[in-house]
Amino acid sequence: MNVEHLMMAALDDELTAEEQAALDERLAADPELAAEMRRLEQLKEMTRMTQIKSPPEEQWSHYWQDVYNRMERGAGWILFSLGAIVLLSYGLWHAVGELWADASLPLFVKLAIFSLGTGGIVLFVSTVREKLFTYKHDPYKEVER
Amino acid sequence: MEMVLQQSGGPGIADAERVAERALVEKAQRGDREAFGELVRQSMRRAYYVALGLVGSPDDALDLSQDAFVRAFAARHTLDPERPFYPWYYQILRRRCFNFLRDSKLHREKLATESPWIVADANQKVQTPEREAELKELRQRLQTAIDTLPDHEREVFVLREYDGLRYREIADLVGIPQGTVMSRLYSARRRLANELGEQR
Repeated sequence: MNVEHLMMAALDDELTAEEQAALDERLAADPELAAEMRRLEQLKEMTRMTQIKSPPEEQWSHYWQDVYNRMERGAGWILFSLGAIVLLSYGLWHAVGELWADASLPLFVKLAIFSLGTGGIVLFVSTVREKLFTYKHDPYKEVER
Repeated sequence: MEMVLQQSGGPGIADAERVAERALVEKAQRGDREAFGELVRQSMRRAYYVALGLVGSPDDALDLSQDAFVRAFAARHTLDPERPFYPWYYQILRRRCFNFLRDSKLHREKLATESPWIVADANQKVQTPEREAELKELRQRLQTAIDTLPDHEREVFVLREYDGLRYREIADLVGIPQGTVMSRLYSARRRLANELGEQR
């Protein structure tokens, strides 16, 4: 165990007697190290006098209910979104098909429809690619669920 | 807080509790929301406190810990009933917290304006008004210093100092070697000591 690890273990009561003796020896031989140890002990003491702030007690009484509501809404949103995507796609496909087949429609309108559709596809593909790129370079990707 | 830790399925959990938790996990995996609710109730305090230690904002800690439970329920099929629930849930929680910190580009500035999330230990004896004011200032300085720590060092520091875990438990929970736990802790404490020294 290196001296930094020994110092940590000493602060956190995780040293064996042999390790404590080894650390004492190092501290006695190195005044700078001993000074650093004292600073770390002061920090430890300061930390020991604190705790994380507790929330109001009522937070706990409805905590699970809030989680439950989120779960329920999440399922609702998924179903709603799926239905909306299918219906909108279906309607759009038919509308574009009918407009495209309409011989009385001016060419520039047809071109605008084509442009709109192509632009939409390009934006969609670009967004998906960006998401995939971000995921590949995510520094926290190793944190698996 | 350390008492809560023992209830919620971490290392050292009693066999009877482990068996009960396993039964809850198996029910939750079959979609039983009440069973999952019991797992949430057992872990919610610990989850909230750790999230608060990581992001420094009570509202965000509440939101992130609850959202992590929602994601945990959605991913329940990947949970192994043979293993404790909390360490598995914690992987989801820490990812949510780290992503939150990464996405909040100005989070350091934001955290600096948040209300205090560190307070005096409730077991401390009543102080004189002067001593109380001195300690309050000390706590504020400590909080400011912790807010400047790199995320992974902050995580280890919070798990050690405020969740009360031992090195082996932190290593298991975070999925890093015990030596790395100690190195991160040393680095965090050195930064904090330097930061507090400069503030004087």
